Amino acid sequence: MTAGSKKQEKPKVAFFDFASCEGCQLTVVDSLQTHLDLLDAVEIVNFREAATLNGWDFDIAFVEGSITRPHDEERLRRIREQAKVLVALGACADTGCVNALKNLLPPEEVRRYVYGEHADWYETYGARPLSAVVKVDAVIPGCPIDREEFVEVVKALLVGKRPPIPDYPVCVECKLKGNVCIFHVGGICMGPVARAGCGAICPTYGDGCEGCRGIIPHPNENAMKEVLDEAGLSVDDMMHYFRMFNAYREVGVGQWE
Amino acid sequence: MTTLNVNVHYVTRVEGHGNIVVDIKHGEVKECRFEVVEAPRFFEAFVRGRPYHDINHIVSRICGICSVGHSTASTRATEKALNVELSEQAWLLRKLNFHGEILDSHVLHTYYLVAPDFFGVPSVIPLVETHREVVERALRLKKLAGDLCAMISGRHTHPCALVVGGFTHTPTERELRAMRERLVAARADMDATVDLFASLPWPQFERETEYVSLRKDDEYAFIDGVIVSSDGFTYPIEDYRKVTNEYLVPFSTAKWTKHNRESYMVGALARFNNNYDQLHPKAKEAAARFGMKPIVTNPFLNTAAQVVEMVHSLEDSIRIIDELLSRGVREEKPAPVKVQAGEGVGACEVPRGVLFHHYVYDEKGICVEANCIIPTNQNLANLNADIRALVPQILDRPQEEVRLLLEMLVRAYDPCISCSTHFLRVEFV
Repeated sequence: MTAGSKKQEKPKVAFFDFASCEGCQLTVVDSLQTHLDLLDAVEIVNFREAATLNGWDFDIAFVEGSITRPHDEERLRRIREQAKVLVALGACADTGCVNALKNLLPPEEVRRYVYGEHADWYETYGARPLSAVVKVDAVIPGCPIDREEFVEVVKALLVGKRPPIPDYPVCVECKLKGNVCIFHVGGICMGPVARAGCGAICPTYGDGCEGCRGIIPHPNENAMKEVLDEAGLSVDDMMHYFRMFNAYREVGVGQWE
Repeated sequence: MTTLNVNVHYVTRVEGHGNIVVDIKHGEVKECRFEVVEAPRFFEAFVRGRPYHDINHIVSRICGICSVGHSTASTRATEKALNVELSEQAWLLRKLNFHGEILDSHVLHTYYLVAPDFFGVPSVIPLVETHREVVERALRLKKLAGDLCAMISGRHTHPCALVVGGFTHTPTERELRAMRERLVAARADMDATVDLFASLPWPQFERETEYVSLRKDDEYAFIDGVIVSSDGFTYPIEDYRKVTNEYLVPFSTAKWTKHNRESYMVGALARFNNNYDQLHPKAKEAAARFGMKPIVTNPFLNTAAQVVEMVHSLEDSIRIIDELLSRGVREEKPAPVKVQAGEGVGACEVPRGVLFHHYVYDEKGICVEANCIIPTNQNLANLNADIRALVPQILDRPQEEVRLLLEMLVRAYDPCISCSTHFLRVEFV
């Protein structure tokens, strides 16, 4: 059964979050500026950041954040059991985002650097995306999510379709916009292999793509190497940049288990 | 004798996860506190080893609501460490971008998070039916603030173009003129905002405390300046640790701070109390509508101080755009950076209070030490002191009313709990 198939009754929607900045839920709130009619199509039953509602009867769960503590898993599994459709909302939930940068480092040292002698007061383990713990039905990539893409995904889910997430690189969007290539102005950019859908917003504003939406399914690595060679950059330079948002993809939880 | 048990597991309409625990048996206070249970994220540990130009893009991810603030404090720290001078135009754009965030965050807090308590509804959503004009005004103001940020740095949450040395993008004069028109037109919405919030029955509660903020000679301080306290102290921002004196408490994943007393307060009310003289005249008029003049000691009025600041930021944004247009806007690249070893502290008055970022770089421009102190952490001890002072005054009221008042008190501080757990850090030497 799809989320939208209940007749007459609006699908019940809930928002939850784990380790994150809550910027994606904020983007959801901001989507109402131009799509207030979304509220006619769904019933929000749980959204701690924006509402005093605590409903656990929902069809669609949007979950922001990475899983960073063993006891988070239990709460996520409860959400999974209840939800007919579970959507990973944003990069923290989808790829681990910058939370997974700690996975590259030795756990003991990281915990002591932050909590000193009281390191053992606070529970933590390697940061991971939701899909490392439960089945995820759909993702909305990006750090933060794109407002319009969120609206499109909701519309698709309401009619029981798989949300259309681009699997071509950011370069395509840059070319369509006629942007000057960041490599041509001495910058570094993940555009050739990073997933599009953001309208190439960072290059449009003069800064290289950081790959916050993850890597496309079949990246053209040879083309990437060519671009790097032309720009006089090494694969190491690129990997360093790549890790910013994609450390989990590279090392998983590292030494944190 | 009174017995009261309030346990709010996850206070709603705040950023992040926090609990209120009040347990009073036969008039004796067993527990009475606000706990932070948000997952820690270890930013300070993992920015080490990254080059200077990555840092502000990473740390903006601490907070989706005040990411311009984190980016600004971060770039200021790096710019000081690496001796980077901003152009006058870049300074004006930094300030304008900052006003955009102050407006955005204050609209979110006042309209979306606080107002529902006064309308007796769980969120802003039911107001779409009952008070549509209020909701539409909030959405218009929030869109204006977001568009102001986007015009300068690409987007409000996690700005793209705000980098060490200035910006990688320059708004056009045409965009600035169009934005100016919208800001001027928004004065009507701002007047209506003051009317609405000045008419609300603010809870009565007074507890005097120490108020800490930045201060500048020539303007109401948001970026840079010195640290001042209402107890008469002044420090250069490099001495921030003399003010914050962080310590850990077992029931909170966020650190606490204290200075001259058991606790101090930061945020809109602290800025209002310390820098009232520098507010725009229209903002002072708005304050008069709330009957506010320094020193205001009712923490619930932190939200009112935010309304006053919204008026200030709107008016000062118009002034800054006028200055940019009269100077003539040039397409500018960020100021060049000479990579070198260095140490710097950046400080900003983000929506929730004073924020410090402190980095040490090696000779290759790689970050080797990082420390950040978040406003919400600085407010936790004060919020807990307020809870302990308020509870005995309202013990005779129904439990649901006590619960609501305590939640409203927590919300008045506009806590940003994700922020508060992202930078828990011991001293480095």
